[in-house]
Amino acid sequence: MSSALLYAGAGMGLLLVGVWALVLRAHLLRKVLAINVMGSGAFLLLVGAGAMGGGPVDPVPQAMVITGIVVSISATALALALVLRIAYATGKAALPEDRERDLMDREGR
Amino acid sequence: MSTWLAALPWMVLAIAIPLLGALAAFVQPRRAQVIGLSFSFLTAGAAVGVVLDFITLGPQQHAVGGWGAPLGIDLVADGLSILMLGMSAVVGVAVSIYARAYFVPYPDKAPRFWPLWLFLWAALNALFQSADVFNLYVTLELMGLSAVALVALTGSGPALWGAMRYLLVSLLGSLAYLVGVALLYHAYGTVDLTLLAERADGGLQLAVPLGAMIAGLLLKTGLFPFHVWLPPAHGSARAPVSALLSGLVVKASFYLVLRLWFTFVPEGEGLPLLLGCLGAAAIFWGSIQALRQKRLKLLVAYSTVAQLGYLFIAFPLAGLEPQMAWSGSIYLALSHAFAKGAMFLAAGAIMTQGGHDEIDELDLVVDRMPLTLAAFALAGISLAGLPPSGGFVGKWLLLESAMAQGKGIWAAIIIVGGLLTATYVFRVLGFAFTRSEHHHERHEVPAAMEWTALLLALGAVLLGFVAPWALPLLDGVLP
Repeated sequence: MSSALLYAGAGMGLLLVGVWALVLRAHLLRKVLAINVMGSGAFLLLVGAGAMGGGPVDPVPQAMVITGIVVSISATALALALVLRIAYATGKAALPEDRERDLMDREGR
Repeated sequence: MSTWLAALPWMVLAIAIPLLGALAAFVQPRRAQVIGLSFSFLTAGAAVGVVLDFITLGPQQHAVGGWGAPLGIDLVADGLSILMLGMSAVVGVAVSIYARAYFVPYPDKAPRFWPLWLFLWAALNALFQSADVFNLYVTLELMGLSAVALVALTGSGPALWGAMRYLLVSLLGSLAYLVGVALLYHAYGTVDLTLLAERADGGLQLAVPLGAMIAGLLLKTGLFPFHVWLPPAHGSARAPVSALLSGLVVKASFYLVLRLWFTFVPEGEGLPLLLGCLGAAAIFWGSIQALRQKRLKLLVAYSTVAQLGYLFIAFPLAGLEPQMAWSGSIYLALSHAFAKGAMFLAAGAIMTQGGHDEIDELDLVVDRMPLTLAAFALAGISLAGLPPSGGFVGKWLLLESAMAQGKGIWAAIIIVGGLLTATYVFRVLGFAFTRSEHHHERHEVPAAMEWTALLLALGAVLLGFVAPWALPLLDGVLP
């Protein structure tokens, strides 16, 4: 198994883990983390899939990933600011539909 | 003078001017209103420049910084792009004039609104002119982030929840799109749309990335059953923001679905039929929910869910008569942007006047705000698809294409959906003509707010008359 395939496979794995946490976790911070894990998965996939052809490594996917990281940092900053505002305004860092669930996710799976 | 003007790179200016304006409004918060409004006019002027260039010279292409595709970024303006640019310019100017008056009582909100709105406009103009799937991803994210921040501008708990839900959905959609981009690049070694169209050969290596991208975009467009985030976000935002979100932002991701569809022309009957069925479900679900709402802005937001469904009816109809079905769908998108923009502006004016937007407490609003109510009614005419409005042209094209292919079921859906639309519009108009038993506070509404809503609604009706000139612009774009 080539290392590129390994990277791409790990990327897919991270994506799935991210979706799982995004749907099931109630705490907004965890949802933001889940989005970040998904983003890393997508970037790994991009780099891994770009290197799969063999021969010299293609620099284009890497340039795209750098752009993607910038986008992802801005998105995370906005998301964290929103989480803070929600926690200040409503007392809980969770969406109303998730509020009955335990925020620490011990029981509320 | 005119040669000097014609030589300007309007396509780049249409993106650079709003970006510059956003920065200026951000560093000069005290003058944000003046700076914002003037840069809105300049941006609209640049968009007109692109449209005029297209009309005189045909489709335009610009290699940003002199670096062409495949490595550099190419901007392309074809018929579909300029229709969308023009739509953003008209709705954008109307909303800007409205917002100037709207934000006077909220001096703390205005310096935040203008930079975000101009960022949003820059992202929209960049999205409509991008010609590679990765640059489209970046513009999609820019648009999503500024749109979410605009929703959060309201500052109350429900609006913050709406914004957060919108952000999570939007990021999930963008990531699905990005995975599609990665797989496309892996399969074909390019992200340029023209090159992709040449190299794409169908099969699983096209179907998987295309499926991921379209699924992500549907999530961002808010097609049933992915619409749950839409009404809270659009309904709780400030009125000018709601008009922008419902009018322009959801159209941008729909435009991207169309762009991908026209590039790859996917084969098979299954996916178009699925999209059509989801569209039909959206029409019924959205309309019924709109009828059940107690608050005016939520009614208008659910109406967006329903009207977005119409745009997807074209997919199953595009088999035999692609031209007619696609033109209908695109024209519906244009007229919905005008009509829904006007409707949200009118709802905002009513809310400013009465301090609330309970539908059954509208309390003879027709006496106090005849202009606003006329705007609401005219926009409703276009949404319901009554002649001679732009909505009528779009629905008529879809109907004709359905009848020509003997697909009567789709025609029936279009007609029943129109009746449902008329029902919820008249429900609002009915309460506007009845007296309420409760006493309500009354505030002055600036004339600029009423007039912009009315002119935008008139625009939605007038779109029906310019169809013979607007529709031929799409020649060469449709598959």
